[in-house]
Amino acid sequence: MIDYWQRVYRRSRRHYQRLSWRTLHLDPWLLLALLTIVTGGLIVLYSAGGESTYLVEAQALRFCAAFLVMLLIAQFSPRTMQRLAWFFYIVVTLMLVAVDVIGTHAMGAQRWLTIPGVIRFQPSELMKLAMPMTIAAYLSRRVLPPGWLDLMVCLLLMGLPVGLIANQPDLGTSMLVAASGVFVVLLAGLSWRFIAMCAAFGIAAMPLLWFNMHQYQRQRVLTLLNPESDPLGAGWNIIQSKTAIGSGGIHGKGWMQGTQSQLEFLPERHTDFIGAVLGEEFGLIGMVVLMSCYLLLIWRGLYMANQAHDTFGRLLGGSLVLTFFVYVFVNVGMVSGVLPVVGVPLPLISYGGTASVTLMAGFGMLMAVFTHHKITPR
Amino acid sequence: MRPRRATLKDSEQQARIFRRRSIVAALFVLIMFSGLIGRMVWLQVVQHDIFITRSDKNRMRVEPLPPNRGLIFDRNHEVLAENRPTYNLTLVREQAGDVGQTIDRLINILGLPEDQHEVLTQRSRERLRSYEPALLLSDLTEEQIAEIAVNRYRLPGVEVEAQLIRYYPDGEWMSHVLGYVGRISQEDQQRIDTSNYAGTHFIGKTGIERFYEDELHGKAGVKRVETNARGRVLREIDRTPPQPGKNLTLTLDSKLQKLGHDLLKGKRGAIVAIEPATGAILAMVSEPGFDNNKFVTGIDTKSYAALRDDIDIPLYNRAARGQYPPASTVKPYMASAGLEYGLITPSDTVYDPGYYQLPNDSRRYRNWLRWGHGRVDMKRAITVSNDTYFFTLAHRMGIDRLSSFMHKYGFGEDHSLDVWGAGSGLMPSRDWKRGRYNQVWYPGETLSVGIGQGYWLATPLQMATAVAVMANKGKWVRPHLAMEVGDKKIAPPFENTPDDIKLDNSHWWDLIHDAMENVMTGSEGSGRASGRNLQYRMGGKSGTAQVFTLGQKEKYNASELEERLHDHALFTAFAPVDDPKIAVAVIVENGGGGSRVAAPIAREMLDAWILPTMKSSEEAQRHARQNENTAQRIATGD
Repeated sequence: MIDYWQRVYRRSRRHYQRLSWRTLHLDPWLLLALLTIVTGGLIVLYSAGGESTYLVEAQALRFCAAFLVMLLIAQFSPRTMQRLAWFFYIVVTLMLVAVDVIGTHAMGAQRWLTIPGVIRFQPSELMKLAMPMTIAAYLSRRVLPPGWLDLMVCLLLMGLPVGLIANQPDLGTSMLVAASGVFVVLLAGLSWRFIAMCAAFGIAAMPLLWFNMHQYQRQRVLTLLNPESDPLGAGWNIIQSKTAIGSGGIHGKGWMQGTQSQLEFLPERHTDFIGAVLGEEFGLIGMVVLMSCYLLLIWRGLYMANQAHDTFGRLLGGSLVLTFFVYVFVNVGMVSGVLPVVGVPLPLISYGGTASVTLMAGFGMLMAVFTHHKITPR
Repeated sequence: MRPRRATLKDSEQQARIFRRRSIVAALFVLIMFSGLIGRMVWLQVVQHDIFITRSDKNRMRVEPLPPNRGLIFDRNHEVLAENRPTYNLTLVREQAGDVGQTIDRLINILGLPEDQHEVLTQRSRERLRSYEPALLLSDLTEEQIAEIAVNRYRLPGVEVEAQLIRYYPDGEWMSHVLGYVGRISQEDQQRIDTSNYAGTHFIGKTGIERFYEDELHGKAGVKRVETNARGRVLREIDRTPPQPGKNLTLTLDSKLQKLGHDLLKGKRGAIVAIEPATGAILAMVSEPGFDNNKFVTGIDTKSYAALRDDIDIPLYNRAARGQYPPASTVKPYMASAGLEYGLITPSDTVYDPGYYQLPNDSRRYRNWLRWGHGRVDMKRAITVSNDTYFFTLAHRMGIDRLSSFMHKYGFGEDHSLDVWGAGSGLMPSRDWKRGRYNQVWYPGETLSVGIGQGYWLATPLQMATAVAVMANKGKWVRPHLAMEVGDKKIAPPFENTPDDIKLDNSHWWDLIHDAMENVMTGSEGSGRASGRNLQYRMGGKSGTAQVFTLGQKEKYNASELEERLHDHALFTAFAPVDDPKIAVAVIVENGGGGSRVAAPIAREMLDAWILPTMKSSEEAQRHARQNENTAQRIATGD
């Protein structure tokens, strides 16, 4: 009898040891940071959505799906990803071309691709993953740090999809996609001198960029410089968002007590401007807590990327983490009125479908490159 | 082996590069996040005050709560000005859906003319925001309200709303003294605290309504409401209730006022009655009057033009602003001045051949009785209203002393406490004439001023005040209309009350009173016709003011013209002589002789005021006597 129970105990112990985080290809710290942010985000969403349980339920369900996607992707070995990168890249690029030709019009831009009766999605979201994968796959086969030729190839690889996305037009996404590619190149060890030259060139090219921008994009920049010039139009968002954050003070007005958001002065308060709701209701304390969570996540992500045992994994992981940082920075910069209003959600908090799934898929890749190195032979 | 080693080495080098790069990236992230946190500190700590104000301004709207206007009562608590509820029809566009259709139905239901459609549509658009009620019709009738109620289900967004507006039950004969309220004009905006009037539509324009505007209006309250981004009211945050305006009790007696109105009916003129002991104005009648209710909701231009262009100028407050030569009514005051200056004694006589001649002047200043009164002393001079006696006195006195003494009776100045727009009249003097005409004063002019003519102009209010001072034997009280403002009693002593008039010999007052009583009761008295069957001692003085000039604007019309050239009839009186309860001044424009036309009116006013109280006190005395008799009988055992 006792023997039986001892056997059961030993067996379960073995099982327990085998069933570690590594076996699941997950990282507990990253998971903890993600869950903290997502849970906090749902609480803010309940308030921002006007106490609608529907929004919160839909968002929670979406995150469950996203976590599953993350879990699934974490099971792929980086080798497989590297092999699939090119195929993935070509398919998504073709989709982007398709969007420009037959895409569904919504909100004045062509962003969606609809397979009737099945799914409606934004191929540009997939490009956020395809881009760093492809560049990393390419560079990891080259001698690093990358030379001029490699750089040209990378720019070409980035230029096509970024141009297509910018043409939709979707400035926010195209910027994020470009950033995800650029980060790979930077992390691969592009010489500082070259980076400095590019920066100088970039600043010099600003006027050129200005003339190539859409009128509404220029307007956003102008509005940022002087929101009061158009208080009821484009400036409204910035003014109301700053008012929401500023009126929150140190402690905030309290959960569901934010007048700016509850009384609908704040536009898009459950999507892109949800950060302002948080700033209003939870104040500086809430903002600092959120930023700390993000920082923890980024720190852990960079650590994990460093632990990857091949160049592809390192470059891919690092790029994904830094792109995530760009998300946060652009969104918070936007709601606090230091950056122009571009459609970038606050990651893991803003209400919305595809963006959160993409993000979680990215974290899945990061976990894969972190957990697979012991199993995969060098 | 070599290539493999090389790749291995490369791999380590790449890992090293990556590590360095990721450290740089981490630092970069840290710096950028610090920047964002810094931005948050800037917004949420440094600029917090600015943004909290802005966010409060966003959500809060302050709505005024207008106070109810104070009511006005007469001394017997009869309502003179009240607030009448009226019903307005409002439309909320947002709820109405198809506004045109709703208005069509309204026109159908209320039986309005078809052309109203345009007007109502216009009115429905007056509100900027579609959820705010727009005023379609005001002052609905009972029938209209009933029709609306019955058809409510067919009229979405239509509401009947109650509002209080001013109503004057006695419009016609209280119009001048009460004044009226009207819509707040641009001009009014200059003199009011706009925040206190934010929800108020009406303001006192003239009269009592104007003078006591601050008290009658009260203090507006505010309601703070929370609104959403589209301006819809979500809830009330707090409210400061309005302080209703104070009720006003006037010294007026509406019965006496009504009597004055009836006595002057069909004439042009004014009556002012004052209680000498307090200065309380008992009646202040100006005829013709007008209906001041018409001015509240806004008089139409045609009606207004009719009132404005009326040859009888009904809008003119003759009692407080009308300027008339006081004529012979001033003779008792002249007498008091003569006694005080030692120019005459009561027994001094003047021989009146029917005229007076200045020394070294051939011009004759005629007495009203062509053949003269013969030898007259002071008492007889007042009784028969002899002019020669007062020409003599005026000449002795000179304009300087005359003018300054008559100022003591309030001539030439407005001493009223709260009569809005009261005129100051004109007490001529040497300086005045130099300033006005740049001419010297001629002795002959003193003579006409001496009998209350010439340049001398006085308002009926001043004449009543002067006779009240006379009745008081020189004791001054300022004439006033308010008796109670809210709970506060308005009673003498008042600030800036003129000095009492003191005569060296106070017995002189009695002599003048005697003379004035003799006007009513003496065999020669000018008011003896009106003094018949007096049940109390009454003092009076008649006056007849010549009208020599024709107004520029007046149209030529033979019969009309003739009537308007007639003398003004004046009479001032007080009673009872030993304990004056009322002093009155009456003027009937172009009425002819004061004793014939104005004296009976004065008598009726005094009777109406004194007799009821006398009767009651007589009855009381009789009861007391009876009781005493009964008591005696019981005591004596009869």
